[in-house]
Amino acid sequence: MNIIVCAKQVVDVSEMKVDSSTKKPILQGVPQKISDIDKNAMEEAIKIKDKHGGKITVLTVGPADAKERIKELLAMGADEGILIPYPDKYDYHVVSTLLTEAIKKIGEYDIILCGEASIDLFSGQIGPRLAGLLGIPQITYAQSVNAEKDKITADRNMGDKSVTTESTYPVLITVTKEINEPRLPSLMQILGAANKPINDWTVESLADGLNPKIDAVELNGIPMERKNIIYKDNVDESVKNLVDSLAKEGVLR
Amino acid sequence: MVLVFSDDKKLTLEMLSKGSELAKELGKKLTAVVIGKNDDALAKEYIAHGADKVFVAETDIESFKAEEYTELLESIIKETGAETVLIGSNKNGKELAPRLASRLNTGCVTDCTNLYFKDKKLTTERIVYSGNAIAVEQFNSKPQIATIPSKVFDPLPKDDKHTGDVVKKKFDVEKSASKILKIQEMKSEGVNVEDAEIIVSCGRGFKNKDDIKLVDDLAEILKGRTVGCSRPIAADLKWLAEEHWIGLSGHKVKPKLYIAAGISGQIQHIAGMRDSGVIVAINKDPEALIFKSADYGIVGDLYEILPKLTNAVKEKMG
Ligand SMILES: Cc1cc2nc3c(=O)[nH]c(=O)nc-3n(C[C@H](O)[C@H](O)[C@H](O)COP(=O)(O)OP(=O)(O)OC[C@H]3O[C@@H](n4cnc5c(N)ncnc54)[C@H](O)[C@@H]3O)c2cc1C
Ligand SMILES: Nc1ncnc2c1ncn2[C@@H]1O[C@H](COP(=O)(O)O)[C@@H](O)[C@H]1O
Repeated sequence: MNIIVCAKQVVDVSEMKVDSSTKKPILQGVPQKISDIDKNAMEEAIKIKDKHGGKITVLTVGPADAKERIKELLAMGADEGILIPYPDKYDYHVVSTLLTEAIKKIGEYDIILCGEASIDLFSGQIGPRLAGLLGIPQITYAQSVNAEKDKITADRNMGDKSVTTESTYPVLITVTKEINEPRLPSLMQILGAANKPINDWTVESLADGLNPKIDAVELNGIPMERKNIIYKDNVDESVKNLVDSLAKEGVLR
Repeated sequence: MVLVFSDDKKLTLEMLSKGSELAKELGKKLTAVVIGKNDDALAKEYIAHGADKVFVAETDIESFKAEEYTELLESIIKETGAETVLIGSNKNGKELAPRLASRLNTGCVTDCTNLYFKDKKLTTERIVYSGNAIAVEQFNSKPQIATIPSKVFDPLPKDDKHTGDVVKKKFDVEKSASKILKIQEMKSEGVNVEDAEIIVSCGRGFKNKDDIKLVDDLAEILKGRTVGCSRPIAADLKWLAEEHWIGLSGHKVKPKLYIAAGISGQIQHIAGMRDSGVIVAINKDPEALIFKSADYGIVGDLYEILPKLTNAVKEKMG
């Protein structure tokens, strides 16, 4: 089974701040990580490989330091990484075209795994776009999957319903956070990952004349200021104080 | 032409309202798409709510599949020459729109919270970085596809005098290699957290499903009667239905009062309730993140606090 995991490096949104004077989000210096759900995609890939054998390739469009992130996925169990840099200007059209061309270049694939959405932009575009460009079925929001030799079944969380879908290979699957608990690699695995290859593929080798269809105009921060009055001593006192405060706020009517 | 599609009628009506505004500005017509069987009553309703035309794509497709719906919409967009396409951002729409955009080699912006023309370009606003920022973006080519979540726009009042055509066309689409084996409807109690004025939410701090009664009781006294929850309660444990789920991947709410009990306050939860009036947190961990996003908080055991709080509120409200 040849499995491709698409993984994105993102800023850790929980560490982000908004500049209170300029009202702009501060992106500089925020720690980077693998988008959370991409680790679930990786974990699922390992489970499928454990069952059927094969190879797992991690594919990332990202900056040079994303190599450190790819190493984490190699330590978890991926066999090989491919890093493609971001072109000067990009949007979902550009990134999905690059990923698609890279997948075509890899050539053999049975399953492509993506996260349900990336944790920074939360669009959920890449998965369906890749499936569309490759002309293959897509199984989104998979909450559990069962990979058999020549077909795969998934339970999908579609909000007000749960849908069980089956597909032959090749197929693109986007997974939810609930699908599994990503493993933490052992020290041995982390050291071992250093010997696994991470290939640099250039944008030019994959596509030329790529232009975004969407232009970023501006990014405005949404500051959140709260009173932060915390009662922590005696419970009865705290409850009384809270109820008095809520009454004053006028929300107890 | 501006095209609107969702398999959710309410969402279609909301989008028709925005769509007619955009169509007017462009001096173009507004078309609503119906996929499946011809439904005269539905078509009439769409026309009364602003559609100039209803395009009924008659097919024998039984259930939604993104692959097949993409093909249908691709044909409809080509046939109608639609340049602006609004798709409802429920889960079906969210997997449909980007696939459609990829087939048409075009741009797509998901979950728009605003949509307008600026310098003659369709401009979108959407929330990014888990609620920390709003990204303003513009399309530079066509067709342009935007997905719209529910409750962003209000539907137009019904106008029975508004006229429009109904066009029917049969389509054969190539069947997808995927197969739907089972569809299980989740049980719904008709809870609507989005409209609630008061919400009491529970998280992993609750040890058993039955303990949710503690938030139920408080919600009842507060006359809000609306119970919310964090993602694990709905998605992992399935103690509550999806309609209670609040956050980035759940429902966005803005009640007057939001009480979070046993919720750690991860940014993905905050993303769904940060616009609330007054936020109250109950958590036994004084370092819990939720206190940073709260106006008032009590550090302590929810099992002790909630019953006392329910009683105290009852007394206060008389
Ligand atoms: C892409 C993505 C999307 C997500 N979308 C959402 C979303 O829409 N909504 C959402 O909620 N989450 C979402 N999450 C998950 C989110 O990151 C958190 O994991 C989740 O919100 C945690 O839920 P919780 O606070 O209930 O549980 P926990 O984080 O486990 O917190 C439980 C809290 O209860 C407290 N506690 C325990 N016992 C008691 C007691 N007896 N009395 C008082 N307090 C107690 C603990 O101190 C702790 O703070 C998303 C995550 C990702 C990656
Ligand atoms: N730059 C990228 N490189 C590789 N995979 C990506 C990239 N961006 C998004 N993805 C994949 O697409 C999923 C959805 O991302 P998004 O469309 O940004 O919400 C992610 O969980 C990844 O699996």
